[in-house]
Amino acid sequence: MNLTLHVWRQDGPRDEGRFEMYRAEGVSEHMSFLEMLDVVNERLTADGHEPIVFDHDCREGICGACGFVINGEPHGPLPETTVCQLHMRHYRDGDELWIEPWRATAFPVLRDLSVDRSALDRLIQAGGYISAATGSAPDANAVLIPKGSLERAMDAAACIGCGACVAACPNASAMLFTGAKVGHLGLLPQGQPERYTRVVEMVATHDDEGFGHCTNHGACETACPKGISVDYIAMLNADLRRSRFRQAGD
Amino acid sequence: MELNAKVPDGPIEKKWDRHRFELKLVNPANKRKYNVIIVGSGLAGASAAATMAELGYNVQCFCYNDSPRRAHSIAAQGGINAAKNYQGDGDSIHRLFYDTVKGGDFRAREANVHRLAELSVNIIDQCVAQGVPFAREYSGYLSNRSFGGAQVSRTFYARGQTGQQLLLGAYQALEKEVRSGRVRMYTRHEMLDLVLIEGRARGIVTRDMVTGAIESWVADAVVLATGGYSNVFFLSTNAKACNVTAIWRAHRKGAGLANPCFTQIHPTCIPQSGDYQSKLTLMSESLRNDGRIWVPLRAGDQRPPHEIPDAERDYYLERFYPSFGNLAPRDISSRRAKEMVDEGRGVGPSGVGVYLDFRDAIERLGRDVIEERYGNLFDMYLNITGENPYDVPMRIYPAPHYTMGGLWVDYNLMSTIPGLYVAGEANFSDHGANRLGASALMQGLADGYFVLPVTMGDYLAGTTFEKVDTGHAAFRDVEREVQQRTQQYLDIGGTRSVAELHRELGQIMWDYCGMARSEEGLKTALQRIPELRERFWRELRVPGSAATLNQSLEAAGRLADFLEFAELMCFDALDRDESCGGHFRVEHQTDDGEALRNDDEFTHVSVWEYKGAGNTPVKHREELTFENVKLAQRSYK
Amino acid sequence: MARVFSLWGSTVGKKIAMAVTGVILIGFVVGHMIGNLKVYMGPEAFNHYAEGLRSFGAPFFGTNQALWLIRAVLLIAVLIHITAATMLTLQTRRARRVGYRKYDNDLVFSYASRTMVWGGIIILAFIIFHIMHLTVGNVHPDFVHGDAYHNFITGFRSVPVSLAYIAAMIPLGFHLYHGFWSMLQTLGASNPRYNHYRRPVAAGLAVIVVLGNISFPIAVLSGLLT
Ligand SMILES: Cc1cc2nc3c(=O)[nH]c(=O)nc-3n(C[C@H](O)[C@H](O)[C@H](O)COP(=O)(O)OP(=O)(O)OC[C@H]3O[C@@H](n4cnc5c(N)ncnc54)[C@H](O)[C@@H]3O)c2cc1C
Ligand code: HEM
Ligand code: HEM
Ligand code: SF4
Ligand code: F3S
Ligand code: FES
Repeated sequence: MNLTLHVWRQDGPRDEGRFEMYRAEGVSEHMSFLEMLDVVNERLTADGHEPIVFDHDCREGICGACGFVINGEPHGPLPETTVCQLHMRHYRDGDELWIEPWRATAFPVLRDLSVDRSALDRLIQAGGYISAATGSAPDANAVLIPKGSLERAMDAAACIGCGACVAACPNASAMLFTGAKVGHLGLLPQGQPERYTRVVEMVATHDDEGFGHCTNHGACETACPKGISVDYIAMLNADLRRSRFRQAGD
Repeated sequence: MELNAKVPDGPIEKKWDRHRFELKLVNPANKRKYNVIIVGSGLAGASAAATMAELGYNVQCFCYNDSPRRAHSIAAQGGINAAKNYQGDGDSIHRLFYDTVKGGDFRAREANVHRLAELSVNIIDQCVAQGVPFAREYSGYLSNRSFGGAQVSRTFYARGQTGQQLLLGAYQALEKEVRSGRVRMYTRHEMLDLVLIEGRARGIVTRDMVTGAIESWVADAVVLATGGYSNVFFLSTNAKACNVTAIWRAHRKGAGLANPCFTQIHPTCIPQSGDYQSKLTLMSESLRNDGRIWVPLRAGDQRPPHEIPDAERDYYLERFYPSFGNLAPRDISSRRAKEMVDEGRGVGPSGVGVYLDFRDAIERLGRDVIEERYGNLFDMYLNITGENPYDVPMRIYPAPHYTMGGLWVDYNLMSTIPGLYVAGEANFSDHGANRLGASALMQGLADGYFVLPVTMGDYLAGTTFEKVDTGHAAFRDVEREVQQRTQQYLDIGGTRSVAELHRELGQIMWDYCGMARSEEGLKTALQRIPELRERFWRELRVPGSAATLNQSLEAAGRLADFLEFAELMCFDALDRDESCGGHFRVEHQTDDGEALRNDDEFTHVSVWEYKGAGNTPVKHREELTFENVKLAQRSYK
Repeated sequence: MARVFSLWGSTVGKKIAMAVTGVILIGFVVGHMIGNLKVYMGPEAFNHYAEGLRSFGAPFFGTNQALWLIRAVLLIAVLIHITAATMLTLQTRRARRVGYRKYDNDLVFSYASRTMVWGGIIILAFIIFHIMHLTVGNVHPDFVHGDAYHNFITGFRSVPVSLAYIAAMIPLGFHLYHGFWSMLQTLGASNPRYNHYRRPVAAGLAVIVVLGNISFPIAVLSGLLT
């Protein structure tokens, strides 16, 4: 099949940026979306142009490196699928696609479709961990964990940190990412001691990094390749509220 | 280059304890005076960085990903082994030790393997304390599965995302230390060379992948935790960016490279679907527990699978190995699949693949049970191939997956360069000629959490370091050299892209240094690789400049190093005139096609010393002795 | 207490403030609608109820005292609600300076959630007009103090006014629909077992309030109420 691509090209963080039109010809339905772009890039290189820059690594939907917006949808139209796992059989000959980077003040564009997501790392630094100095751990079965809360913790822990939630959110809010981490650690017994300081610190950092606030649109959940539920945002809100009604250090 | 493994004496189960006691300690107040560079933030790198920082050392950690959390470790699916014996099924540290040595086909260092088995227990405790949500029973106790043909259930897992959850644990510990200020994390920084001063590793030179800046970094010791080199085959299950640069550059600076030809081919991957293919996807081995592997009896049988009656199907693994059947070890089932394809009995559009059929399992257990066990894997397969494994058999084919070879290290994980430590898949240490499933995660974390933080202290405490900074001539020279090399790629101005040339290299390696290797095959490769390398320096085209984010430029540098490394890999494969584990030399097999070791001549680690471009490398041997597991021919009949 | 107020410092905290005030406002709107239903029980009943509002709380409160108390609470609630809404909305504007060029299906998030701000502003305008109309009476053709029933009927006799009321109820409905659900999220009233009830309940609440309120002008115009 042949496609028309309008791809966002931006030479650097300070560059204006513009859309450029490319034709992707002879695209096989078995290609992944990134492989389709590889082919476009091969041709650009052959013609002496600079290939389109996009982040990717595992191409298995787990590392969270890939991600851009196709026709307004982060990671493209397929539910619970990263763009590296999106295959061309979901497109028709003659389709016209607009390909844009994540758009958020907290994610400055580095080049073309590649953005700087280090704000997410700083969110984790703010409290997205359980302090357990190496060697100090008790036996792994010393503390039992009910299967129910364990499974819910795992659902949240599945977040791959791709940033699609931010890209999808009309407010460019990172509440789903933050809620997922607060939920993952807050649902486990090991996460209790730092539970309330964690949520306060993470929310403060979330605001400082320039993410928007959450007005419960739910677009993030729709875009999330791991199907993380907005229930974790509710959980975060509840924890933040509770954090104010208990003694410091409880 | 002399190889002193520094294995402590005493009975094997006492060695590590005794060693830890004998090592020098750094006074807590002085720890922050020491700078440690850790290259890599995968399981090995992140866990080492976090722990060293907890102890109080000054850590600088580097990775080429945009976040430490994206290291290739994230992709590990199956699980992590540990001799907890929670299932009470007769597992023990000794059994894990024994299985690993035997699985490695007696080409690993006993003392290291035993330490690994001991530490496996602490790893699980540590990870659970960090909040890693390992699978549990309704009782709340941890659950285990048996993995990769092990007779005991000792594999801990978190759904199909074990590597991800372990890495997130280490990553979060790392980010905590970043906040505390004891770790400075540099993402999108690629190490392009190592800097030695007076024979000691004293720093690295990196390229800032966003600005293109070439920078020097000084330290008292350097750790390489830079992963494996399976991408020398171009198509592998590794992430696209995985490369050999860090260890190859260290090798060129004098670090011995051990057993480069020991690579592992994973039997159950999704076959290539076209020449645009960018990587291969692994399907968890657990599928082999219920799926039956077959090909048509008749070569060139074009009928769709369901039209081929059982009488005309060849369930070859069940035929060859009645007892193990479809669960035969990785290297064996991989090789058999290749034979079938070579006989023209391969399936699928390309003819390169074999069936993994769940028809009988679905009949026997019902669709829901299969869905419950493999649902996510089936979906993944459907998503990638567009075929539904509930209706048509999966098509699978082996793919390069893991590299047991790597930089040689002693018992302290120090390479032949003083002050240069190597951890995780990047070192050669614990898996011999073949790695057991679910043992790499274990090794990466053992190295990072428990070994390096102890052994490096001994080196730091026992060494007096002359004060140097990046102004030092040694750094200036390497910087200049790196600058020039980077510019050269841009100046070639040929016509072919990095990917095209990398594909060519991959094809050569796959054909001649892949699952089955022969003397003349390897000789062909040894003559074609230099030709290709020479063409690379004439025909390559890298658009753009060195002063921006330039992915072609990054790839070019990695390929250039692969092109040099590949030659050594074939050289080693040719030199090791025996079959063992993942290294199969067609000249050495039993009548029924099993690997045939040559223990008299090859019970040693081959450690290669770099002798300059174009010169043949020099081989050194670390003789291996087996005092606790007696040498025996592996048999899965 | 200081710790509780410190919530205001974060976006989530402001949201919680909006949710809490939102609850008060919802409570009022619902109660108010029910009260107004008395209009169907004839002039006496309705005037008595309106009077009741004024002497509400007697004997502890004098005439209008309780009412003023309620008014004060409402006023403060609305003020907090609006202040938070404005601050959050402004901050969010900064979070995405460059928008997307193309949306295939721009309904990835609901119409109601996107129109909260406009809905709110319309509601505000409505409330102001509405108080001038039926409480103060200065925009009312013939306003008779103390005869709420009369004001009510004559007020809605004017077609444009009635249409304005009806029109205003639509955004209110959407605001309630998303507002109620959103409020549960914000207050963390979330439990996997019951979460799937939240949207239907929100919708039901909105529909009831809107229908109830719309019924009044229609009843008057159709001559059902005289
Ligand atoms: C698909 C797949 C499934 C697997 N499943 C399992 C499993 O179930 N069980 C198991 O035990 N093992 C499994 N493995 C193997 C295991 O995942 C790896 O061996 C292990 O994670 C390697 O970890 P590492 O820390 O050594 O290296 P990696 O995780 O690869 O990390 C390498 C790090 O080094 C950095 N780096 C590399 N070069 C440079 C440079 N030049 N400059 C700067 N930074 C650099 C990278 O950025 C990265 O941070 C699997 C492997 C694959 C491919
Ligand atoms: C007076 C003018 C009003 C304005 C300007 C206004 C504005 C807003 C805005 C902008 C929001 C979304 C804010 C966000 O989620 O970030 C909101 C939420 C809300 N509004 Fe209003 N509103 C007004 C009146 C009302 C009234 C009368 C009610 C009750 C019927 C109400 C109930 C709610 C509720 C419950 C929410 C949800 C709060 C949350 O998201 O947690 N609002 N309002
Ligand atoms: C069509 C529907 C409505 C009708 C028929 C109606 C009717 C009335 C009447 C008759 C009064 C005067 C009571 C009195 O002074 O004795 C009143 C007051 C008021 N109404 Fe409404 N109302 C309607 C909808 C609303 C809505 C949707 C809101 C808010 C969002 C609202 C807010 C108010 C307020 C704030 C007052 C003033 C209360 C006071 O302080 O005395 N009304 N309404
Ligand atoms: S929550 Fe979902 S969308 Fe957001 S970062 Fe995690 S995985 Fe990506
Ligand atoms: S889309 Fe945005 S508004 Fe909240 S629910 Fe998701 S973060
Ligand atoms: S490339 Fe790793 S998730 Fe897409």
